[in-house]
Amino acid sequence: MNTITKNIQELAVSLLRDKTVDIVIGFKSGTVPMSSVPFVAKTTEQARTFIWDTHCRLNLANYLTGRKEKIGIIAKGCDSRNIANHIIENKISREQLHIIGVPCSGMVDKVKIASEFTEEIIEYTEQPDSFVVKTASQTKTLLKKDYLRANCSTCMHPNPVIYDQLAADRVTEPLIENQFADVNRIEALSRDEKWQHFDDLLQDCIRCYACRNACPLCYCPTCFVDESDPQWVGKGTDTTDIRTFHFLRAYHCAGRCTDCGACVEACPMDINVRDFTRKLNKDVFDMYGWEAGLDIKNRPPLDTFNPDDPDEFIK
Amino acid sequence: MTEKQIKIVAFLCNWCSYGAADLAGVSRMQYSTDIRVIRVPCSGRIDAKLILAAFREGADGVWVSGCHPGECHYLEGNYYARRKFILMGNLMEHMGIDKNRVHFSWISSAEATKFAKVAREVADTIVPMGPNDRFVKKAV
Repeated sequence: MNTITKNIQELAVSLLRDKTVDIVIGFKSGTVPMSSVPFVAKTTEQARTFIWDTHCRLNLANYLTGRKEKIGIIAKGCDSRNIANHIIENKISREQLHIIGVPCSGMVDKVKIASEFTEEIIEYTEQPDSFVVKTASQTKTLLKKDYLRANCSTCMHPNPVIYDQLAADRVTEPLIENQFADVNRIEALSRDEKWQHFDDLLQDCIRCYACRNACPLCYCPTCFVDESDPQWVGKGTDTTDIRTFHFLRAYHCAGRCTDCGACVEACPMDINVRDFTRKLNKDVFDMYGWEAGLDIKNRPPLDTFNPDDPDEFIK
Repeated sequence: MTEKQIKIVAFLCNWCSYGAADLAGVSRMQYSTDIRVIRVPCSGRIDAKLILAAFREGADGVWVSGCHPGECHYLEGNYYARRKFILMGNLMEHMGIDKNRVHFSWISSAEATKFAKVAREVADTIVPMGPNDRFVKKAV
């Protein structure tokens, strides 16, 4: 058991034992190697099953929406920014929360690891900077820094922005020179190439809405995809409908997305749906100097305005 | 006439641009007949959903017009709209839609001349581009 796991379990157990909180939201081991599942612990026994490793890719803030009880929650950098978002958007109150912050050194990309092997991975063991992956016929030691998720490798806020306790020491926050290199690459394409890029990107989409469901920002009581009168987007896998869905899903996250990568993690077809949200993240950063969820005071960019906002594009 | 007629959907704010269209009409000003007007309560009402719905149903261009900044009937609707439009337009361009198919303008209800001028400009940009084939829902 690694130290962070041990600390998380101890903190969670004491919170539940002292009745500081009613539940603690964290991760427990998944049923297959390289997976974890979000887990709500209500008893101290359950809290002892919490884990922390480089596969805690989902965003736990997703499970806070509208809850009434006192909640303990494990939060890495991006989760804590989404918790701040939730507080700003009145989906939860700060007083209800006891945040166990986990300074994060990045999560690994399971698809990239799996692509190194032709067989099924049967065992995965973690060491501080590397991990050992076993299949039926081979064992490989890989370096963690080579297999970080794309969003983790451009992350500049690995430390939780709000927390009550920390489960580990703070990590150094990297300064990334060109954090939107991926967006620039698409922007440099011609219009037809862009269209083609997104056509190729979305060709596997099965409209399961996993990206939406995993996203802590998507909490509308009725999502636009489920509205039938008027129906904004068809139900099938028509290419226009798929594109419309992804456009609007991303657009609803404008100025709110923390680039946590939960959408990509949840996608069963391994589509990099961040290609949409990243453009919006870049634009709000360039135009309004905004990065979502860094504090609980400032209003998000689409909820406020400045009389001098850029409007050269308007006749 | 066998060619498909170009259709431009214009979302006009009830309190300004719609009035300007009315004034342009009673003043017998000439502008493109490719424009179809939809009256909305405020430019702040315009969502990306509405613009995409227009394209989906076969519009070849969209034009959104509201009150000048500072003159919104609801005081600040167009300020919010402005922030939404710029992100919306950029994302559309990013996904491969020609930015020239989506136009925005501020026109007060007294500016019939500006209305007719912008209407001509919008049509002159969109009509030569021909029918739009992106984000269009093909009949099943």
